[in-house]
Amino acid sequence: MAKFILNGKPMTADVESDTPLLWVIRDELDMTGTKFGCGIGTCGACTVHVGGRATRSCITPISSVEGAEITTIEGLSEKGDHPLQISWQKLQVPQCGYCQSGQIMQAAALLKDIPEPSDKDIDAVMGGNLCRCMTYVRIRGAIHEAANAIKENNDEQNA
Amino acid sequence: MLKRIVYGVCGAAIVGLGIFSIYAWHPAIDPVVPTQTDYSPQVIEQGKILAAAGYCSTCHTPPGGTAYAGNYEMHTDFGTIYSSNITPDLETGIGGWSQAAFARAMRTGVSRDGHHLLPAFPFEHFNKMTDDDINAIYAYIMTSVPAVNQVKKDNGIPFPLNIRWFQAGWKLLFADTQAFEVNSKQSAEWNRGAYLAEGIAHCGACHTPRNALGGEKYDQMYQGAAIDGWIAPSLTSTSTSPIPWRAQDFYEYLTTGNSPYHGSAAGPMAPVMHKGLSALPDSDIEAISGYFAEIARTNNTDDPDSSSTLQAAIAAQHQQPDQRIDEGARLYATACQACHYNSDQLVKGRPLITIGSATHLNDPTNLINVILDGVRSDQGISGVVMPGFRDALSDEDITAIAAYLRQAAGENTWPKLQQQVGEIRNQPRFEH
Repeated sequence: MAKFILNGKPMTADVESDTPLLWVIRDELDMTGTKFGCGIGTCGACTVHVGGRATRSCITPISSVEGAEITTIEGLSEKGDHPLQISWQKLQVPQCGYCQSGQIMQAAALLKDIPEPSDKDIDAVMGGNLCRCMTYVRIRGAIHEAANAIKENNDEQNA
Repeated sequence: MLKRIVYGVCGAAIVGLGIFSIYAWHPAIDPVVPTQTDYSPQVIEQGKILAAAGYCSTCHTPPGGTAYAGNYEMHTDFGTIYSSNITPDLETGIGGWSQAAFARAMRTGVSRDGHHLLPAFPFEHFNKMTDDDINAIYAYIMTSVPAVNQVKKDNGIPFPLNIRWFQAGWKLLFADTQAFEVNSKQSAEWNRGAYLAEGIAHCGACHTPRNALGGEKYDQMYQGAAIDGWIAPSLTSTSTSPIPWRAQDFYEYLTTGNSPYHGSAAGPMAPVMHKGLSALPDSDIEAISGYFAEIARTNNTDDPDSSSTLQAAIAAQHQQPDQRIDEGARLYATACQACHYNSDQLVKGRPLITIGSATHLNDPTNLINVILDGVRSDQGISGVVMPGFRDALSDEDITAIAAYLRQAAGENTWPKLQQQVGEIRNQPRFEH
């Protein structure tokens, strides 16, 4: 039995301790926004936040998130209007869309730590999130766009 | 003449054995039904804090088991042993122990019935404590820990090592039996730190190397040792950490589970700070931090953020290595860099592995352990997780990543790295 907080709500999962967090999110809790890709933590499709940090849920056993706060794409923003979700639509980033929840979750964590990332910063941090449609240029553009939007919003609030 | 020598030697041996027997023999202290329950709440609270700071429950509770009821499994070089039930159960715990029996066990490692306890129980550290502190722990256990009837499992120590009288000889040869002495050349705060670190927190039990028979080598105090499948790094000037540990680094590490310049408290160190030292007041953690900063002889207060070592390590990540030819760099970029990358400033929670302690130790054990099994939410930074790559990456993959990091950190290659990855993957895990 594992206890954790998912998108702000306390949850329990009655599963074996070595069950991957991704399986619990998708199969036990029926939240299918988070995707299964490679299953070995090297494609990024399953990225969620644990304690505010991007984490590959396919290789994270449920026993290791005991008591932790987990956020999935469904919980990133209440109305689906996180600056990244807005810039994603504005730049028409997704093609097939399979990798995008992982991309957005990874990018959201990136912008928290590095609010004004360079192209190099984006390439380094996002390098573990694969996009088989090769939309990398638009992904990078949308991250810059969201970074600017967040900065402008902060500037307005501080003005 | 020969006869005389033989008689003489035999006689001396018999007398010696007799004297040793007197030394080794300890009387049983009669069981009592403790009647005193009127300890002040302050004493009980102090005992609770000290029991936490001594990690009593860490070694006296198996994973998922009842606190303090014993049977935590420990794999030692001498065989598998199980910890005792220290709940106040009259039959199977220490419910029948008088305060005097408890104090004798804590100070000399002798059980109530007179048998010698094994030195996995760090009595030589607890002996540094004051009577008041030992009695407070007794008061806490007797009044506040629920009694659990659970028989201790038999140890798997082979004959003749299981003869308990030998422990008396071990104590005679190896145990520090000195009481804690105040060092008048040091401040009161330093002495408080020394009292806690050498006593209840028994830091040296893991961080001081041991001889072939398991005795702490006091002349190499805190110089680092292998323990429970991990390396407890050196806390002295022999540390291989590229950025010196300052008092505030120890403090940050011991209060948050992570020092951005050194690494996270993983493996057996995780419960030390999360379940143990966190019970102590901040002033005590400051005292312990000051004590270790003095031992590490890093009295410099330079800001590590401006150190050229750190700046060079941050800059080095930005030069993308040729990932097409270096498999380790390629795997690192795919599996690790999303978190282990910093722009121009080091961010807590984005560990820079090329300056981390694990990469600079002479032994790759800690780095391999973390790659294999990650860091749970109750280890390192609380609530943050690193996934484990045990079922995702092969021995070859993990070897390539570790070798790449070691080289990127500017250190000599670890010999037999891949063999060690395989061995560490298959070694028994110490679960807490």
